[in-house]
Amino acid sequence: MGCACQCGSGQKEDKFEFIDRVIERYKGQEGSMIPILHSIQQKLGYLPEDVQAYIAEKMEVPLSEIYGIVSFYTLFSTQPKGKHKISVCMGTACYVRGAGLILDELEKELGIRVGETTKDGSFTLEACRCLGACGLAPVLTVDGRVHGRLTVDEVDQVIAEYKDKE
Amino acid sequence: MEMVNITIDGQKLQVPEGITVLEAARTAGIKIPTLCYLKEINKIGACRVCLVEVERARGLQASCVYPVAEGIVVRTNTPAIREARKAVVELILSNHPMECLTCERNTNCELQALAKQFGITDIRFQGENTEFPKDTSSPAIVRNPDKCVLCRRCVSVCNQIQGVGVLGTTERGFKSIVAPPFEHLLSEVDCVYCGQCVNVCPVGALTEKDDTQLVWDAINDPDKYVVVQTAPAVRAALGEEFGYPVGTSVTGKMAAALRRLGFDKVFDTDFTADLTILEEGNELLARVKEGGKLPLITSCSPGWVKFCEHNYPEFLENLSTAKSPQQMFGALAKTYYAQKIGVDPAKIFSVSIMPCTAKKFERQRPELRDSGFADVDAVLTTRELAKMIKVAGMDFAALPEEKFDEPMGISTGAALLFGATGGVMEAALRTVYEVVTGKTLQDLDFVAVRGLEGVKEASVDLPPLGTVKVAVAHGLANARKLLNKVKAGEADYQFIEIMACPGGCVGGGGQPLVSGPERMALEKDYRALRAKAIYAEDAGMPLRKSHENPAVQALYEEYLVKPLGEKSHHLLHTHYTARPKYQILAPKE
Ligand code: SF4
Ligand code: SF4
Ligand code: SF4
Ligand code: FES
Ligand code: FES
Repeated sequence: MGCACQCGSGQKEDKFEFIDRVIERYKGQEGSMIPILHSIQQKLGYLPEDVQAYIAEKMEVPLSEIYGIVSFYTLFSTQPKGKHKISVCMGTACYVRGAGLILDELEKELGIRVGETTKDGSFTLEACRCLGACGLAPVLTVDGRVHGRLTVDEVDQVIAEYKDKE
Repeated sequence: MEMVNITIDGQKLQVPEGITVLEAARTAGIKIPTLCYLKEINKIGACRVCLVEVERARGLQASCVYPVAEGIVVRTNTPAIREARKAVVELILSNHPMECLTCERNTNCELQALAKQFGITDIRFQGENTEFPKDTSSPAIVRNPDKCVLCRRCVSVCNQIQGVGVLGTTERGFKSIVAPPFEHLLSEVDCVYCGQCVNVCPVGALTEKDDTQLVWDAINDPDKYVVVQTAPAVRAALGEEFGYPVGTSVTGKMAAALRRLGFDKVFDTDFTADLTILEEGNELLARVKEGGKLPLITSCSPGWVKFCEHNYPEFLENLSTAKSPQQMFGALAKTYYAQKIGVDPAKIFSVSIMPCTAKKFERQRPELRDSGFADVDAVLTTRELAKMIKVAGMDFAALPEEKFDEPMGISTGAALLFGATGGVMEAALRTVYEVVTGKTLQDLDFVAVRGLEGVKEASVDLPPLGTVKVAVAHGLANARKLLNKVKAGEADYQFIEIMACPGGCVGGGGQPLVSGPERMALEKDYRALRAKAIYAEDAGMPLRKSHENPAVQALYEEYLVKPLGEKSHHLLHTHYTARPKYQILAPKE
């Protein structure tokens, strides 16, 4: 009784063991919270509540502080990532050429907001900074593949292209 | 201390190095307006209401974080500064529900006061208004994020002073909000309901749950016999709501006001505070003699008890099993007292007036129903009592000084001390000393446990038992420090007092609010001033030791038989439950 982190299943233990190792690695280093969160997200794909609570207990900081950081940086996510990641460039060149409208259309088509993942787990929608492909503006990438000179009408084609792809 | 020469609004000043321009201006009688700044609690330079001009510095500076330096020349009142400050407040107001007339903080709101001070009559910025759901899930605290100005005073107090940390800023920009993680409700996280966040919120974004209607209804019900008890710290602060200076005791007028509100009996929690000393003092002696779990830790502060349940389950066996005075009172009102006056306990409605929001939670604990009913039916804070007195139209200052009713209104000076940090310890020592040594205590004042130092220690010689080592902590971050020391085996105390609120109950989360500017203007910490009133009242009491309380003696003779006896055990003692800190990590049943 008492210890709040006796966490049942074997699979979970692996996840928490990994977190233990990461925290151990940064032990005693000032300002290590962001790199720690980053490594853990790299491995797990996202930072759900139990993971954040576990980190809070281990590092003896309030969960509110960790959640504050995670929700502040779009880099971090509290939800699992979808199979395909769509990043819409919001850099200046893309923006002036209508990236905002593309993003709106994607939100509408997928039924999610930026930073979220579709219910079926197929797409995660993100906004990003200049991709260095300004000549092709407006640009988006899906799983790193660039789609340029897009119009709002072409958005559903892009979605369809990836929809059933593994 | 190094001094530096500075000029503020043409006045040449010598001020200590290291202070801020805001503090330096105060010494020259210049009151720079503030919003996010809160003395000793929040110093983050976020709101920019305190802007000033510093020669040679670029742009206007936030004076609450700008340190003085040799030779700086500061201006606090130029058209540009006035305009900038005004714009800041207008920006806040452009995303603020203008509900002053129906707001809990109407006429007592720091934002409203700034709008008035800056002469804001219309708002030039039109903005979209954010809307967030209100959190009314807890029995004690209501969060209304729509009114939040993001000053983060509550975040600082909850994190740094209380060491709880359930409030934080989340997201950013327009979506930014101060809330528990994952936007959980307060009832879903390890909030201890101490109400310190309510005490520091400058606006109506954090308030206590209002239970005054419940009490009015009971008073108006002819079938109900309504008894009221008032905690020791209430009398030391209630006067502030009626214009008395901080640190004025209004015991007699408070009793008169309660009678006029229509309570059938006006009793005093001090009666059961004395009783607590007898039960807990004997518990201490029993544990020392019989080798029970030590240190014994006090259990009268429900914020502390909940904190212990969430964070230090390994110390639950150290907690005194004695119920808090509020709960002892409730249990006795519906048993001993009901029997004494021949009233059906089902008809008794027991109200307590507390300096505390966590008492609203304590009252609802399922294990505190030993009378066969809820021991306490409603808890009002000092602020809520003041509201009732105002609604009733009483001229508080003109009220006569009256006394509490007998027998549950009889008490000693020792009981009064419960209102200040170190008080339970001092009261216990007065009694334990005489019980153990069989001698009369000459000097009643244990000054080592008084005052606002975070953790206090003392050793007391109790022949033939030996020396007893005690410690006192107030504010939960201090409690954490103390407990970690005990846990690490670095201290061997026999008895520890812990109060959740800084300063003890005088600084409770249900006490009259002391605004940011007022905190700066007072010559001493407001909790020290309230404590002073308590110590003065104790010094003037004819009886100052709990075991000398004749009504408590009669209670044992007529009913309880003896401390820690069978009846006491049933009615006056309780148990605790370990609670997970994070629900999501809790082991599944
Ligand atoms: S918080 Fe202050 S300004 Fe806002 S509605 Fe309430 S009284 Fe008015
Ligand atoms: S009531 Fe106390 S613990 Fe709860 S949020 Fe407020 S300051 Fe924190
Ligand atoms: S809830 Fe109150 S104290 Fe907390 S940030 Fe908002 S306005 Fe400030
Ligand atoms: S701005 Fe979009 S690729 Fe450069
Ligand atoms: S920035 Fe100084 S009071 Fe807010």
